[in-house]
Amino acid sequence: MSAARDDILGRVRDALKRGPLDPEQAQELDRRLAEHRRNLVPQRAAALDHAGRVALFAAMAEEVQATVARVAAPDAVPEEVARYLASENLPAELVMAPDPALDTLPWETRPLLRIRRGRAEAGDNVSLTPCLAAIAETGTLMLVSGADTPTTLNFLPDTHIVVVRGEQVVASYEDGWDLIRARAGSSNQPQAMPRTINFITGPSRTGDIEQRIQLGAHGPRRLHIIVIDES
Amino acid sequence: MQPTSRAFQANARAGLANDTLQKALAMARTGFPLKRAEAVARLPEFEDLREAGRAIKDHTLAHLDFYLERYERNVLVSGGQVHWVRNAEEARAAVLAICRSVGAKTVTKGKSMVAEEIALNDFLEANEITAVETDLGEYIIQLRHEPPSHIIAPAIHLVKEQVADAFRAAHTELDPARVLADPRQMCDEAREVLRPRFLAADVGITGANFLVAETGSSIIVTNEGNGDLTQTLPRVHIVMASLEKIVPTLEDAATLLRLLARSATGQEFSSYTTVSTGPRRPGDLDGPEQYHVVLLDNGRSELLGGEFQDMLRCIRCAACMNHCPVYSAVGGHAYGWVYPGPMGAVLTPSLIGIGEAGHLPNASTFCGRCESVCPMKIPLPRMMRHWREREFAQRLSPKAYRSGLSLWAWVARRPALYRVAFGLAGRVLGWAGRRRGRFRSLPLARGWTLVRDMPAPEGRTFHSLWAQRQKAGSGR
Repeated sequence: MSAARDDILGRVRDALKRGPLDPEQAQELDRRLAEHRRNLVPQRAAALDHAGRVALFAAMAEEVQATVARVAAPDAVPEEVARYLASENLPAELVMAPDPALDTLPWETRPLLRIRRGRAEAGDNVSLTPCLAAIAETGTLMLVSGADTPTTLNFLPDTHIVVVRGEQVVASYEDGWDLIRARAGSSNQPQAMPRTINFITGPSRTGDIEQRIQLGAHGPRRLHIIVIDES
Repeated sequence: MQPTSRAFQANARAGLANDTLQKALAMARTGFPLKRAEAVARLPEFEDLREAGRAIKDHTLAHLDFYLERYERNVLVSGGQVHWVRNAEEARAAVLAICRSVGAKTVTKGKSMVAEEIALNDFLEANEITAVETDLGEYIIQLRHEPPSHIIAPAIHLVKEQVADAFRAAHTELDPARVLADPRQMCDEAREVLRPRFLAADVGITGANFLVAETGSSIIVTNEGNGDLTQTLPRVHIVMASLEKIVPTLEDAATLLRLLARSATGQEFSSYTTVSTGPRRPGDLDGPEQYHVVLLDNGRSELLGGEFQDMLRCIRCAACMNHCPVYSAVGGHAYGWVYPGPMGAVLTPSLIGIGEAGHLPNASTFCGRCESVCPMKIPLPRMMRHWREREFAQRLSPKAYRSGLSLWAWVARRPALYRVAFGLAGRVLGWAGRRRGRFRSLPLARGWTLVRDMPAPEGRTFHSLWAQRQKAGSGR
């Protein structure tokens, strides 16, 4: 296929009426790639303080049929999970991301909650995951894949519960990109990238039949977000 | 797919006479434009974002070779592979080779217009690989053996009863007496039927809304989550993308994403925006073991550097067709190929030839709504005019039209003759129509007067009025 590659690049350069870029121009463009300059970022979330962003995140997520619960401390998460499952008439059984931070929560206070740790399988009804960030602008969760956070948890079960620590709420997608780059500890892209980044805004939906919105097309029917407010 | 764009006029007439289609289109006509307008009104920066989006795409296209090379390098660094393909045939062969290399029997597919463009499903079936569409709309039209009629809502031409019929015919293992009256029930049935297909597939094929040069990532935007199940569960993930999907950085992608969902469905953000980079990492508990990108030219490089380059900014949001009076009247199938509406009227002639698709750029009133809502500010009417000019220059337009236009041009280039001829014609028509003030039919213009009246000219021509005003010194 390298003949096709050379051919296509040749056609592109012919159309642009030039040869390959000279080293100086290429350097300039490499600088553009490396500096991660932001384009226009809307004021909607950027102009708010942190409390305002958390409130906006919750409001925007609820607008797209996610449910949001705010708890005062990490210790209150197991109770909220149990409460939510009971309120939705769901069995007290879930598959949880094998994430060290989720493991430190006091699950023993809810002994009736049956928890499996790992990726999602076909029969799983409820999943619980952490997130990397929550983006206030549109009520969007940002989740990344990794050994502790398998992607199947975000899509296979009918119900997806996501735990958000208050300080994870940021204004924009651009703030999310910065977090991805910071994770790698340096700017050695693209090695910093996980296999998958999921931006999730509300539960799965479709309008493909007569434009009438139905939730739960192929992904989760319910998305429940537990925000831990900082003390 | 075999184009039927040559038959646009007959297709359009059939569409207008089809009551079921008209019922379906009536539902679409108001929904999308209303939701878009609300979403745009909520974001004060929307206009400035359009300008920023246009600048990003223009910059990328001007340096497309550079960004393609950087993109490829970063896909390789992250453990993926890039397959450069010049045309549909090479693209199909590349996909088949990947499928064969892992002994694939079934593939699941997320929605991909590029896959439609290269007619991938039929080819895979012919090579004994079952392709299952998983987007609800795509699944419905696959069951009905028909092409999509819209680039983001492929089954928009159907009413729910037709969907129910298709499901009853295909899902014969289910109780024939079950109730299928409501979209909810059909959605649940599709979810149930497709879930095991997702789990069993050997290869998952998705499209790409954007390719990011900085990281070698592909981005898909969906609402159903089908694209994510498609690309997460099988061992192999294949991305089908055309050259112009490249953007430089993640920041650039964020800007375009802010425009995409609002322009398309009027959502603030689609339910799922997914960034994929390479195959699963060591230690990952799920995700594909192989990540392939089939990078398709198929005519894009020919648009670059010419009068149609702006078309390469298109992000496939469908706002142009959602706001098009012609599309809304005749439906997407009338256009006869993969891309309908105004963006199709510009893109299709460049992909299958103006000889084949000459009717499409003529199927416009030039009302300009498409350009006014296009998030990438693509001058669609201007480019349709360019196609009309080419069609005329290549002597492809109908003979009567060409000779009529030539005659008019001949007269128009002779101002004295023009003034006499049109002054005379105006007086004759004014006299003939003096009673009614309009004409129900005119010789040589039956097609025009069939659906409207021609007003009778009143008095003098514009030229003579103008000359008189200039002379009287009241030119303003």
